[in-house]
Amino acid sequence: MEPVFAIVFGVMVAVAAYLLMSRNVLRIVLGLLVLGNAANLSIFIAGRLDSRAPPLVPVGETVLVGGANPLPQALILTAIVISFALVAFTVVLFQSAHRRLATLDADAMREAEPELQTTAGPMKSRRAEEPA
Amino acid sequence: MMSPHILLTLPILFPILGVAFCALFWSKKAVQRFISLIASFGLLGSALALTAAVYDGTVLATNFGDWDAPFGIVFVADMFAAAMVLITGIMAVAVGIYGLNGNIEPKENAFYHLLYQGLLLGVTGAFLTGDIFNLYVWFEIMLISSFGLLALGGTRAQLDAGVKYVTLNLIATTFFLITVGFLYGITGTLNMADLARILPTLENQGLVTTLAVMFLMAFGSKAAVFPLFYWLPAAYHTASAPIVAIFAALLTKVGVYAIIRTFTLLFDGDAGYTGPIVAAIAIFTMVTGVLGAAAHFDIRRILSFHIISQIGYMLFGIVVATPLAVGGSILYVIHHIIVKANLFLIAGVIDRAGGSFDLKKLGGLYASLPMLGVLFLIPALSLAGLPPLSGFWSKFTVIKASLDAGHIVLAASGLLVGLLTLYSMLKIWNEAFWKAAPAGGTESVRDWQADRKTKLLMLTPIVSLAAITLAIGLFAEPFVDFSMRAGAQLLNTSAYIDAVIGPSHLAAEANP
Repeated sequence: MEPVFAIVFGVMVAVAAYLLMSRNVLRIVLGLLVLGNAANLSIFIAGRLDSRAPPLVPVGETVLVGGANPLPQALILTAIVISFALVAFTVVLFQSAHRRLATLDADAMREAEPELQTTAGPMKSRRAEEPA
Repeated sequence: MMSPHILLTLPILFPILGVAFCALFWSKKAVQRFISLIASFGLLGSALALTAAVYDGTVLATNFGDWDAPFGIVFVADMFAAAMVLITGIMAVAVGIYGLNGNIEPKENAFYHLLYQGLLLGVTGAFLTGDIFNLYVWFEIMLISSFGLLALGGTRAQLDAGVKYVTLNLIATTFFLITVGFLYGITGTLNMADLARILPTLENQGLVTTLAVMFLMAFGSKAAVFPLFYWLPAAYHTASAPIVAIFAALLTKVGVYAIIRTFTLLFDGDAGYTGPIVAAIAIFTMVTGVLGAAAHFDIRRILSFHIISQIGYMLFGIVVATPLAVGGSILYVIHHIIVKANLFLIAGVIDRAGGSFDLKKLGGLYASLPMLGVLFLIPALSLAGLPPLSGFWSKFTVIKASLDAGHIVLAASGLLVGLLTLYSMLKIWNEAFWKAAPAGGTESVRDWQADRKTKLLMLTPIVSLAAITLAIGLFAEPFVDFSMRAGAQLLNTSAYIDAVIGPSHLAAEANP
């Protein structure tokens, strides 16, 4: 099973990288979501997929035998909660940035780093060909 | 003598309680200020106790929930970690007092103190944890607080900066999480002491080197090294003075701490491969940072680029990996946190008294506020590395260590960047303090002179931090000695491993 999951992980990272390179901040949020889930999947694979039995220790025993590895599940649970909170924050931040700056194009957001006078030449020409 | 459990828990307990009580009193800013200040002083006090306990070179460790070492989460404090917690406590108090004057724009927000304590919580946890996944969790706590602090004002510039800061930092931490997953996959453990035992015994050392490089990318992005620093100059200058001061002091240094920790404890075996990479990164980081600063006329942007430039020096320890170099790096981190935060605090005063952060609109401050000029020169010249200030000793140690080990190019670029740093600092001095005051520029100075309470709250931390800079410079011996011993302790990992794994060491060995 691991090779299939590994390929899925690779595809997800590739999709995330593609989305993150977009200038549209909406796609960037989606990219962050996919990347977060790819990370969770990588932890899941790292814990090995050799058992589907629930990780329960039978009554009277002290050692888990043959159960699925419980640690990655605990880690992923933590990571899911964190990534959920961060993506929720990101969406709100991007939404208010969109409202105040009136653009979804990350390149057009130059409020914090206005173009320097000395380098205005090449920057100006790039701004002219911005998509509508 | 307190037990190690209490000593290691108190530094995170105070900020946790700070966050909780600030949330409870979210509508009462006066109460929040009081809580935040108490929590910061508590952090400083507990950090002092912790540093005193590890001063003789002992390594303290505690297991949370009483799970034995490799299975539960552990907190560990060696000299380096304790020193970092102590410096965090000093910054918490200094910037906390500075932030009391309603200097947060626009108007002290209801969430400022809550997020401030949250940031301290994340930073302190990251310094103390001995578990690599737990480190990720502290990173995220630190990040979400910093996201909130940055966007607190909600101005157009801050929202724009927030978009870039949040995106690039989230990518970096997710990359860190993926790396942790891979590390777990090949070792089956997340405890850093246990990893230090297992990693050298693995057959596939190529994979270990790959992981080392992945960690270098994840932490390097946090530490703002070349070429991963873009988020820093895009964002820092938009926050108000106390917020950017605490960011400058702590955020990148957590990244540096994580690099030094992992590359001394976990990946010391393959220095032959990662060493030259880190050396190149250090040189490019120093040079691009200092050149970026030369291009700007906004004080905050100049200082932001200098953060990047100075990170390069802190990597010398990893490149050279002798006790002198690692100790020098530790001294550098400590010196830099104090000096850099102080420069941002002074920038806040310049803005108050001069009416702007823009050097072109400033001038004549030395004539109207000569004492502020002196207060600026202490950290500014220390940053450039002039004797007898703290920057001289830290630069001297790292450059001497790299020369001893034959890293001529590294040492030469360190010296050159020191000169260029001096140029930037003199630029601020000439423009803001020395040249004639602009027309109508004296009004804001008069406002500043009249507001005695604000003056006291803003100048007390600046004077205290300048005094610490002078103390490290003039009485360098104990500080250098502490850093050297801390450096030697980092390179000799057996004390750390024994303190964490301890009695269950043999049991773990018996059941692989």
